[in-house]
Amino acid sequence: MEFIENYLYYIASFGLILIGLYIILIKKNLIKMIIGLSIMDTGVNILLISMGYLSGGTAPIFSRENLLPSRMVDPVPQALVLTAIVIGLAIIALALSLTIVLYRHYGTLNTRKIRDLKW
Amino acid sequence: MILEIILVFVMLIAAAAAGIFKDLLNAVIAVGFVSFIAAILFYFLQAPDVAMAEASIGAALTVAIFIIAIKKTKRFEEDEEGS
Amino acid sequence: MRKAVSFILVVIIAIGIGLSLQEVPFGKTKSEVRKYCLEKGIEQTGATNIVTSVVVNYRGFDTLGEVTVLFLAAIGLSAILYREKEGERKNRRRSSLILYTGCKFLFPLILLFGAYIFIHGHLTPGGGFQGGAIVASGFLLVILGSRSWWGFNRSKMKITESLSGLIFVVVGLLGLLYGGHFLLNYLPKGIPNELFSAGIIPIIYIAIGFKVGSEITGIIDDMIRSG
Repeated sequence: MEFIENYLYYIASFGLILIGLYIILIKKNLIKMIIGLSIMDTGVNILLISMGYLSGGTAPIFSRENLLPSRMVDPVPQALVLTAIVIGLAIIALALSLTIVLYRHYGTLNTRKIRDLKW
Repeated sequence: MILEIILVFVMLIAAAAAGIFKDLLNAVIAVGFVSFIAAILFYFLQAPDVAMAEASIGAALTVAIFIIAIKKTKRFEEDEEGS
Repeated sequence: MRKAVSFILVVIIAIGIGLSLQEVPFGKTKSEVRKYCLEKGIEQTGATNIVTSVVVNYRGFDTLGEVTVLFLAAIGLSAILYREKEGERKNRRRSSLILYTGCKFLFPLILLFGAYIFIHGHLTPGGGFQGGAIVASGFLLVILGSRSWWGFNRSKMKITESLSGLIFVVVGLLGLLYGGHFLLNYLPKGIPNELFSAGIIPIIYIAIGFKVGSEITGIIDDMIRSG
């Protein structure tokens, strides 16, 4: 039980990263690969946030008077992840637009049938 | 604590299902579900800012962009013939 | 064969991560930057939401870089999907009356909520990135729900985007003029927990909100129109 309490969020984040990596390695459909990329993105974000967590801490917002700065979680990884999520959306949109152009040109999404993309 | 364990378990199952589904629309909805549960986990980790961003971008806009791209291309993944 | 190689690779990575993570305990952060930001944050920036003061003030230059990356991604997307003639949209039928009325009713409320989120970014959870995403999801509702009504001006969207980016840079350059640092917080800090406080933070976050909202709307619009 103590093991799960200590490592629950690490299990979640690395579970997502490994599942996403496995999808990227094994699938041949381009959109499926981008789905794996999106899952990996979520996993990395959860890992960064859980690195800055303090047990029993509060959110880094001084909304009341009696909040102590020493009992707050780390605000720096939260600021990092906040921008990383928006960038992730833009990157996924760029990848999907490339996929649309490839489908227009070759008529398929299978990477084995698209020349020069064989694994 | 029990709630968090259940949420993580369901999230990992949804991520695996996103890889298994042959219908790409189902897979995309599973990805949206993963993002939604990740937003709840961010709230438990005392990060309300990140939870809002993940809920609005991961669970709504990413799914919308994927669905537009699937509409422009093909919906079903082909069966794997030889590997 | 390929599956076996991939599986072995993933297992090796999992074992390596599992061994290395035992050295990193969960829930005991030891960062020094955290202490500095939390203790000096309010008196140095005047914002009660420390995440906002990190995003806009301590790491403001980095945020400018990330906004630039977003801009470049949007430009690249519209360059990739560009076609000489507009794509013909299949089954272009009018939406039903209930859907149309519902969208028309919900759209201003969603815009208002997004504006609330990014104006109050320095006081409560939220800010430019989240508010911009909410505004973009409001536009997405209109695009999907009532497409026959969808006749908005694309160049106005581009102008909004460029103007808000310009405001960000100009506010930063004024800091260089006043005190010798780019993005210096030169306006009066005010009393914490009031709407008009924290100097340049609300101005920059409102600009980011407009920029992110118009940019994501532009991305979705380009993808839908690409035919």
